[in-house]
Amino acid sequence: MSKFQFPESIASRPTYGSLKSRPGKAHLMIADAEGAEAILDLAAQDAGLMAKSHVIYIPSGSGAGLSERLRGLKPAQYYEGPSYAAAVPRIRRVLSDAHMGLQVYLCGTEGLMGQAMNEATAAGIPHSAIQTEHRGSIARRMQCVHCKGITENVTTDPFVCAHCGLNLFVRDHYSRRLAAFQGVCIDAEDPGNVPNPVELYK
Amino acid sequence: MTAAPQNTKAGAEKIAVTVSAVVPLNDLVTRFEFTRPDGAAFPPFSAGAHTVVEMRDQGRTRLNPYSLMSDPSDPSIYAISVRRDDQGRGGSLFMHRNVKVGDAMTLTYPVNLFSLDLRGRKHVFLAGGIGITPFMAMIAQLEQSNGNWELHYACRSEALGTYADQLRSHYPNKVHVYFDDQNQAIGLEDLLDGQPLGTHVYVCGPKGMIDWVHTTAAEHGWPSENVHSEEFLAPQPGKPFEVRLCKSDITIQVGEHESLLEAMERCGVDAPFLCRGGACGQCETDVVEADGEFVHRDHWLDDDDHACGKKIMPCVSRFVGKTLVLDR
Repeated sequence: MSKFQFPESIASRPTYGSLKSRPGKAHLMIADAEGAEAILDLAAQDAGLMAKSHVIYIPSGSGAGLSERLRGLKPAQYYEGPSYAAAVPRIRRVLSDAHMGLQVYLCGTEGLMGQAMNEATAAGIPHSAIQTEHRGSIARRMQCVHCKGITENVTTDPFVCAHCGLNLFVRDHYSRRLAAFQGVCIDAEDPGNVPNPVELYK
Repeated sequence: MTAAPQNTKAGAEKIAVTVSAVVPLNDLVTRFEFTRPDGAAFPPFSAGAHTVVEMRDQGRTRLNPYSLMSDPSDPSIYAISVRRDDQGRGGSLFMHRNVKVGDAMTLTYPVNLFSLDLRGRKHVFLAGGIGITPFMAMIAQLEQSNGNWELHYACRSEALGTYADQLRSHYPNKVHVYFDDQNQAIGLEDLLDGQPLGTHVYVCGPKGMIDWVHTTAAEHGWPSENVHSEEFLAPQPGKPFEVRLCKSDITIQVGEHESLLEAMERCGVDAPFLCRGGACGQCETDVVEADGEFVHRDHWLDDDDHACGKKIMPCVSRFVGKTLVLDR
């Protein structure tokens, strides 16, 4: 099962829903890994939806078996790429050509949804009008508040900043602009006194 | 000085003004321009703001909201355009019949419940009749910043097309006017189709037009955040009723032709308000006890609030029944 219910937290922490088909002339779906399952569920709600949809999918390992099923939905356009970064030029181009009435659906990991939401809001869609559904890994995209470096796929708390090497505490404080959670040095007062890392939500 | 609503007296702060011009525009609409007697600059306002005009009508105080339609970059005047409503409660008739150049009047500080969303890539204005007024200020504001806008303006006839000629000659490529008596109508579906991402649509006009725009835009997949509207309601007459105000410890009678808010003010109760038209939410009042039916007419409370009978907006809503006790 790829669904995970995040416990309630501070207002800053993003929350996710479940995708619903909405009226619109064009539909853009961006997913990674198990996010493909959310698109499969969405397509099952509305038989006419996929013929108006552009799917951008990043299987990233755990979604390899789902590609064929997504293709089988016969979306109007289908793109599959090796990484989110590889898909960005395409996402920007699609958004720059889009018109009002475009519906955006984001599903998969938090890092994917946050970054894709940034692109969509920069293109003029209010963040509250973009649908999201979390599936798959609960790994986080973290920003080190000290060196500002981004560490992807953080699954433990604390963790070591991939850039400056500080031991960082995983906060729920989130930045939509950076599409990242804050990581704050956990042993600043007493260097070296670092708790053992535990897996997030375990 | 502050225009913040949280001041001690009800309503926004007031400005003493002199009527500097009265300009009839057509059979129904007249523009009133105001300057300050002390020559000071008016408080700045953002396009879409309204002011509440205080009218001293033979011992009765009328307070009507009107959109400011002058250029927001000109601090020397405020201007409003008033459509005469012969069937209305008398505020617009008072303006048309009694207000002369040189008269001293009182306005409130501007309050904006219909502002431009300046994140928008493009602004599409839809005006119906006198609903053109806030767009006059919005157009002036956007022209200052070279903003991307277009106006679609529906009016009854050429003779009643307030500012239509002026707008068309100033902005021939951005202004589209539709005359009812020539069977012209705004082609809303085509208009919504193909607008660039980040377009915002603003509608000001009759209730039917506002509902039509909201519904059609939603059907076309527009986020509700991108559809803006403003409709001031005038309080409607109704059967007189009695209200107990428990904090003030008085019982008052609301007459047939006055609103609950006006009745409270007549009896000396300092009740909060800003728009007086059911839009801003400032006058929201808790109901302590009610035995009867509410006549909710506001745009502020949601359907659940209306159904539960715990809140009322005294500026436009009424009550029919035996007992009403309010926490005011």
